[in-house]
Amino acid sequence: MIQGRVIYALLMREVLTRYGRHNIGFLWLFVEPMLFTTGVTILWTLSKSAHGSSLPIVAFALTGYSSVLLWRNMPARCIGAIEPNLALMYHRNVKAIDIFLARLLLEAGGATISFVTLSVFYIYVGWLEPPEDLLTVVGGWLLLAWFGAAMAMFLGAVSEKSELIERFWHPASYIMFPLSGAAFIVDALPTAAQKFMLYVPMVSGVELVREGYFGDQVNSHYDIPYLVGWCIGLTLLALAQVAMIGRGITPE
Amino acid sequence: MIKAENVFKVYPTRSGDRVVLNDISFTLERGEKLGVLGRNGAGKSTLVRLVSGAEQPTSGTISRAMSVSWPLAFGGAFQGALTGLDNVRFISRIYKQEYERNIDFVAEFTQLGLYLKEPVKTYSQGMRARLAFAISMIIEFDCYLIDEISAVGDARFHEKCEIELFQKRHDRAMLIISHDTEYVRNHCSHFAVLHDGDICFYSSFDEAHAHHMDNLHRQ
Repeated sequence: MIQGRVIYALLMREVLTRYGRHNIGFLWLFVEPMLFTTGVTILWTLSKSAHGSSLPIVAFALTGYSSVLLWRNMPARCIGAIEPNLALMYHRNVKAIDIFLARLLLEAGGATISFVTLSVFYIYVGWLEPPEDLLTVVGGWLLLAWFGAAMAMFLGAVSEKSELIERFWHPASYIMFPLSGAAFIVDALPTAAQKFMLYVPMVSGVELVREGYFGDQVNSHYDIPYLVGWCIGLTLLALAQVAMIGRGITPE
Repeated sequence: MIKAENVFKVYPTRSGDRVVLNDISFTLERGEKLGVLGRNGAGKSTLVRLVSGAEQPTSGTISRAMSVSWPLAFGGAFQGALTGLDNVRFISRIYKQEYERNIDFVAEFTQLGLYLKEPVKTYSQGMRARLAFAISMIIEFDCYLIDEISAVGDARFHEKCEIELFQKRHDRAMLIISHDTEYVRNHCSHFAVLHDGDICFYSSFDEAHAHHMDNLHRQ
């Protein structure tokens, strides 16, 4: 299938331009998020970060920060993604959506490999218990990935029309980080605040990942239909925007 | 056959919309060689990009009933940060070509040697043209779109292009745009002049040339 070939070619091109052939090359794809997560884990462990539960801090940091990387890196890579690829759009089979999909696959793949590798390592050295319910972890992770991908494609397409997106994404993603459920569990919040916290779509995803990991040790709060609603809405908006910018692109 | 019907192309600019192509229709049959003349900024490259399908018309349709190349120009079609070889790999992948076989031809044709392992952005215009041309010769198209590629490169390169394009592939359709009117005269069978968004067709080069010269010197 043509589109599959194009996405694969774009993916390989991304790997080469981003990581080159120097030192460990494309391994940076997941070594970089692993370093991030490990750094945050160490920092939170040293500061004995209060997160309001009896969960081990390593497990808490791993599930929380990996989730942040998942939904935050995809938009960062999709905003302004078209411009450096304009020359390749001389080939009519290369469409805007292929450029986004290639970058999304790469980002989601990197975050996932990082999460899995660190989990396996922590479990192996005994800092972490194996997940109680692997399928729930996978479900939460996939929902977060869907949310991140849809948001990324939407923002990426709109950023072609307005550079304001790029300006606002950095502060917005920074502010959303503490609100995303990465650094707290909803159960530890006052009951009145819990309801409002679940209006942030990512919170449900992170809580679901933690429920899968820790089972009965935590009392998770989530609203799956609400999160799925966000995902579907963002996906439709994203596809409409991508189709719209596709008509207006002028190859370099 | 390529069929363009009522094609309009409008670019938004700071000082309002600019109509580059104003209701253009034509057909290009298999094996037909059309040369397009026009002043700088007349919309020749835009026309080629629209025919290639890399860009969409503002309104109207362009249908392609034969395989059409991308615009063979010395800019574009390459990722500057990638090496020459990586670009060959990329294009081989999207057009489903065997990469290894292509490398030998590209190395032989371009004579770029070790430069093939350097990023394309470090290439001179002539080197880019050689690479662009070599890659496009790997993939067999029914119709080649040629945008000023003859304007760069040395005599040796021109000779090679001549052999590959006009001798080995003399049966293909071509859409050629060039400021080199002699080049157009020697290689095309039909001619068109693009001016102020309109396109006029001629079967005689002399008439097309006279019209073009008239446009060039008009204030």
